[in-house]
Amino acid sequence: MVTKVIEKTQPSTRMLMIQRGISKGFPIMLGYLPIALTYGVLAKQAGMNVSEITLMSVLVYAGASQFMGAGMIGAGAGMLEIVIATFVLNFRHFVMSLSFMNRLRGIPLRWKVPLSFGLTDESFAVSSLHTEEAKQDKGTYFYAALMLTAYSSWVIGSFLGGILGDIIPDALSQSMGIALYAMFIGLLIPSVRKEWRVGIIATAAMLINYELSLYISSGWAIVFATIIGGFCGIVLLKGDKS
Amino acid sequence: MIILTIIGMALVTVIPRFIPAYIVDKIQFPTWANRWLNAIPYAALGALIFPGISSVVPDRPSVGLIGGIIAIGLAFFGLNIILVVIAAISTVFILTL
Repeated sequence: MVTKVIEKTQPSTRMLMIQRGISKGFPIMLGYLPIALTYGVLAKQAGMNVSEITLMSVLVYAGASQFMGAGMIGAGAGMLEIVIATFVLNFRHFVMSLSFMNRLRGIPLRWKVPLSFGLTDESFAVSSLHTEEAKQDKGTYFYAALMLTAYSSWVIGSFLGGILGDIIPDALSQSMGIALYAMFIGLLIPSVRKEWRVGIIATAAMLINYELSLYISSGWAIVFATIIGGFCGIVLLKGDKS
Repeated sequence: MIILTIIGMALVTVIPRFIPAYIVDKIQFPTWANRWLNAIPYAALGALIFPGISSVVPDRPSVGLIGGIIAIGLAFFGLNIILVVIAAISTVFILTL
């Protein structure tokens, strides 16, 4: 793909960055589409109309909390209750955003703010493993393209789920539930191969999350497991050049 | 009413997302904090994978775990991430036939 581009008349760095962003965002799209379709179907069953279903994806853009929100709306829960539950479930994005924005220090605030809106578990994971772009010319286009690829597939998928209904067979949609986990694994393992200490940090976070989830909500468990697991990095990543 | 709920959900989701953009603009972190923040992606990946993966098929935790082990194996041998995802989906599909 890259060679084909080079053969053409000198493509701009911007175009290259956009192409790279879309290609790195592609696995996210693959994972998002079936889940967004499922969300659309479930939200419809919960009594939301297509514009509400799509609006929630446009404005909230956080998978797990949208499933929960639609479910709670269907169950007749109060607005305050739903909003608080959403806050707890999505607060992990604060920690992720802090980490990602710290990597983007070099880029102007007018880029950082819109990019932060596109931050999800998946776009954060992929972006954070491609930190070199943050220092390159027109690197912001890489992140913007990556995030828009993910975002548009989420929004379009939810809309389609809302109008088309159940188009994915049951057996297949259950199997697709592993897609994002497999993507996380596919992102983590190459880093572990490069630097085994990364594997210790991830394993620590897994165990902490497992232990905490026995006592507190999964939203807080992920937040604390991420924060505490990250502390291992203070000692383990001493040699980190970046 | 649903629209208001959606707007409320959007606000509490988006505010924690963008506040860090302003924080890093104002504050320089000490070395240890930078190291901590650089470790966050790996910690987050760990916490997002486990124990969540065991609930892919809610009443059969082993299905998700086996799918995960297959994904780890294939990723370790350097298989493209899209193929890793497809292999994990196929594994769960076969195990739940």
